[in-house]
Formats: sequence, structure tokens, C-alpha cells
Amino acid sequence: MSKALIKVEKLVKKFGETEILHGLTVDFNEGDRIALIGQNGAGKTTLIRCILGLYTYEGYLEVLGHNPRNERTEILKHVGFVPQLPPPIRMKVSELMNFFSEIFGVDKQVYIDLTNKLNLDVQQHIDKPFLKLSGGMKQKLLVSLALGHNPQILLMDEPAANLDPAARVILFDMLKNYREDALMLISSHRTDEIEHLINRVIEMDLGHIVVDKPFEAVKHEENC
Amino acid sequence: MSLKGNGTYEIFKADVQQNFRSKSFWLYTSFFALFVAVMFMTGITESQVIGFVGLSRLLVTFMQVSMVILPIYVLISTVRSLVGEKENGVLEYTLSLPISYSQYFWGKFWSRFVVIYLPVVFALILAVFWGMLRHLEIPWKLFFLYVFLLASMIFFFLGLSMYISARSRTQENALGISFMIWIFLVAFMDILLIGMMLRMRINPEAVISLALLNPLQVFRTGSLILFDPKLTVMGPVSYYILDTVNRSTFIAFAIEYPIILGLILAWLGNRYFKRHDVV
Repeated sequence: MSKALIKVEKLVKKFGETEILHGLTVDFNEGDRIALIGQNGAGKTTLIRCILGLYTYEGYLEVLGHNPRNERTEILKHVGFVPQLPPPIRMKVSELMNFFSEIFGVDKQVYIDLTNKLNLDVQQHIDKPFLKLSGGMKQKLLVSLALGHNPQILLMDEPAANLDPAARVILFDMLKNYREDALMLISSHRTDEIEHLINRVIEMDLGHIVVDKPFEAVKHEENC
Repeated sequence: MSLKGNGTYEIFKADVQQNFRSKSFWLYTSFFALFVAVMFMTGITESQVIGFVGLSRLLVTFMQVSMVILPIYVLISTVRSLVGEKENGVLEYTLSLPISYSQYFWGKFWSRFVVIYLPVVFALILAVFWGMLRHLEIPWKLFFLYVFLLASMIFFFLGLSMYISARSRTQENALGISFMIWIFLVAFMDILLIGMMLRMRINPEAVISLALLNPLQVFRTGSLILFDPKLTVMGPVSYYILDTVNRSTFIAFAIEYPIILGLILAWLGNRYFKRHDVV
């Protein structure tokens, strides 16, 4: 049985009196490629933010054997995160790459190679502020920055949202060939686009996990 | 020892780089530099107040203007920067990296300090340099006192704005609170206090002690104490102050108190930031 990289037990998240996550219990394992699906407001982003240690919570949450609130730097060395919307970072592209390079101790060339693989000639835009790039360019750069340190956990919120069809194919291909022991949690509204990549589907609705099945089983049910 | 990879240093460096590129930073820097230039051109160094003339006169005026502008600038620019990052997702993204809350918080604190303090000190140095060119006598004691007093006041307002930023969810809210606190501190200086004394018949010593808890009042008094050693421009309040403590004790207090207060507020802000939802 594969090792649980993230353990969630009776996880509750409240904002004031409003409960957003209602006692979730789930394990995310080594080698899992998970499509985390659900409507807006289902709690997907809240769950990801709890895993990243950005929210306080009740219940038990362990990531790579550590508490995400108290030992976040230990965890986040092994996590790559792609947000749904590229944040308006004012750093130049070169500064952003240097920033990541120094934080993770990764050669800047690694990021340049990854962006090249995604059909972005980053050298042409190296002196531009990140926020001046087009949506697709930003997304490609964010994906490259998330993958550069070869993390064991990848948390991606609609990673292909701003990408053109060709870049989507390349991205999913890159992810498919990514390290086998990695856990990928891909938040998405639909599974059709990532069906060649995933092996497990978790559906959330109003703060509950309503489906947690191998992708093959979900596919089989749909075909019946 | 290399600082590369240290979260505080990386946040500090990234923030300073971005600020040095922003128009608002250069506007702020130009304002203080132009202010010094205009003061020289309008002949303030030749005017006389309580027997003082020359560069001392200019420096005191510089401090009076700084007292009006700096607190509100520190508050507004800091809460806009920090709470803005919460609102637009930059904070979420930054904290998805192996950077601790404290590293982020103190990295921001020191970068804000540098980008606010450097232009003001640069303007003071410019004034001294200009004074040298004009063969004016340089009041070095006053210059160094002001270098420290400005750092001290910026420290206090920075600590306060970091605290407000840690606790606020929206810029609107943070700016509102900052503005209210600023008004309160400005209002609780001499004039209002004297009015309070007269109306409420409170023990004058208690009122003056209360006033000296106000870092703005401390800054104001500290900036006058070398220029006007008997604090005559402050009226009867000065008798109480100078009867209670000597001049050098008050100078030490004027520098240390706002720094300690600012550090306590920043520490409380960091504590809150670490213990609550950060986005």
C-alpha cells in the first residue's frame, strides 16, 4: 500500500460561525494523481489553503509527517503550488526566478529550461515585470516555478486555465511523466481534460467529500 | 555567512528592489529633496527664530514637516502594501514557499523601514552638504539627534502599521483604522491637552505624563530640545518636563521610547499573524 503523504482527519474549517469544511477525513497517497472537483464554494480552495498552512483549522492535518501550521517551511520545501489566478507580482521575471532559485537552491537555468519546454522563450521577457506578461505566459512561468525544485507534492488550482491548446498538451504530458512517487492534487471543474493524467477523483460539495473513487471506477459508472 | 535562501533576507531584498523601481518611492524621495532645496532658495537659513539662524533653523523646519508627513505616509503606504498583498493573492503565493510567517513579517518590516528612512536621511545629508557649500556652520549635534529621532518615529509608526496590517482583512478597513489613530495622536498634543486640563481640571502633571506617552509628542519635544534648550516654544509644559528629567535623559527617552513601542507593536502583529488565517 502506498504511503500517505497527506493525512486529513475530521478537518473542520470555520470562518466566524460559518463552517466551510465539515469534518473531512481523507488520505492523499504517494503516486496519487487526484482530480479535486466540485462547484464553486465546495471547499476545494479552502482545503488546499489548509494544506499549505495558510488557515487555522480544527481536527488533524499532517503533511509529510509535519504540522502545516507549525512546521510549514519543512513541508513547503517539497510542495509546488500553482494558483488559479496568477497573482499581480511586481517583480521582474528575472527577479522572480532568482527569488525561487535562492529560496529552493535550484539553478535558475532549470526554470528557463522548463519554460522553454512549455513553449515560452522566457529570455525575451526576462526584464519585464511578471504582471505585464500575458495570462498564458504567467501561467507557464508559474508552472515552471512550481516544478523546478522537483517537489513530491504538487497542488494545482486549474493549472491549464490560461493556456492555449498546444501548451495544455505539453503541460499534461510533462505532468504525466513527472516523478512516480509524487502526489498531484489538481483542482478542476471537470475531469475530461485531465483524464489521461489522473488515477483518482475526489468530488467535494458544500464542504463534504461526496465522491472518492479511482478514476477507472468513475469512468466505468459514467459509461454504464 | 551567506544570506541567500534566508526567507527574511529574500523577502527584504525582493521588496526593496520593487520599491526602488516604483514611482511612488521616487516621488516620496523627490519631495524631501525638493523641500530642502526650496528651503535654501527661499532663504530660510537667513531667517531668525528665538535667536537661531542658519542650518539649525532649516533642520528644525524639516523636522516639523516630517512630523506632519511621515506618520501618515508610513501608515498608508505600509497597510496598502501589506493588506493589498492579502487581497490580491500575492501573500498566498509567497507563503506557499518555504518562508515562515515570521520571516515574511520581519522581511517586510525591515524593507519598509529602509525605503521610508533612506530618502529622509538622504534629504538631511543633502541639507548639510548644501550648508557646507554655503559655508554655514553645521550643527552636527542637531543633525545626529535628528537622524536618530526620525528613525525612532518611523520605527513606531511602522510597528503600528504592521500591527494594523496583520489584523486587517481589507485595505479599506486598515486605512480607516490608521487614519483614526493618526488623528488621535495628532489631537492629543499640546493644544487639546491644555484644553482638557482647563475643562476637566485634571492634575496637570498627569496630563503632561499622558502627553509624553504619545510618540508624536515625544518626537516634537525631542526635536526642539537642542534647538530650544529651555523649550520656551512649548510654554509651561516645558517647566514640568525639564524639572522632572534633564535634557540628556529626555533625549534618550525620545529616541528609545518610540523604538521600544514600535517593536512591541510589531511583535504583537507578528504573533497575531502567526496564529490566525493569513489570507
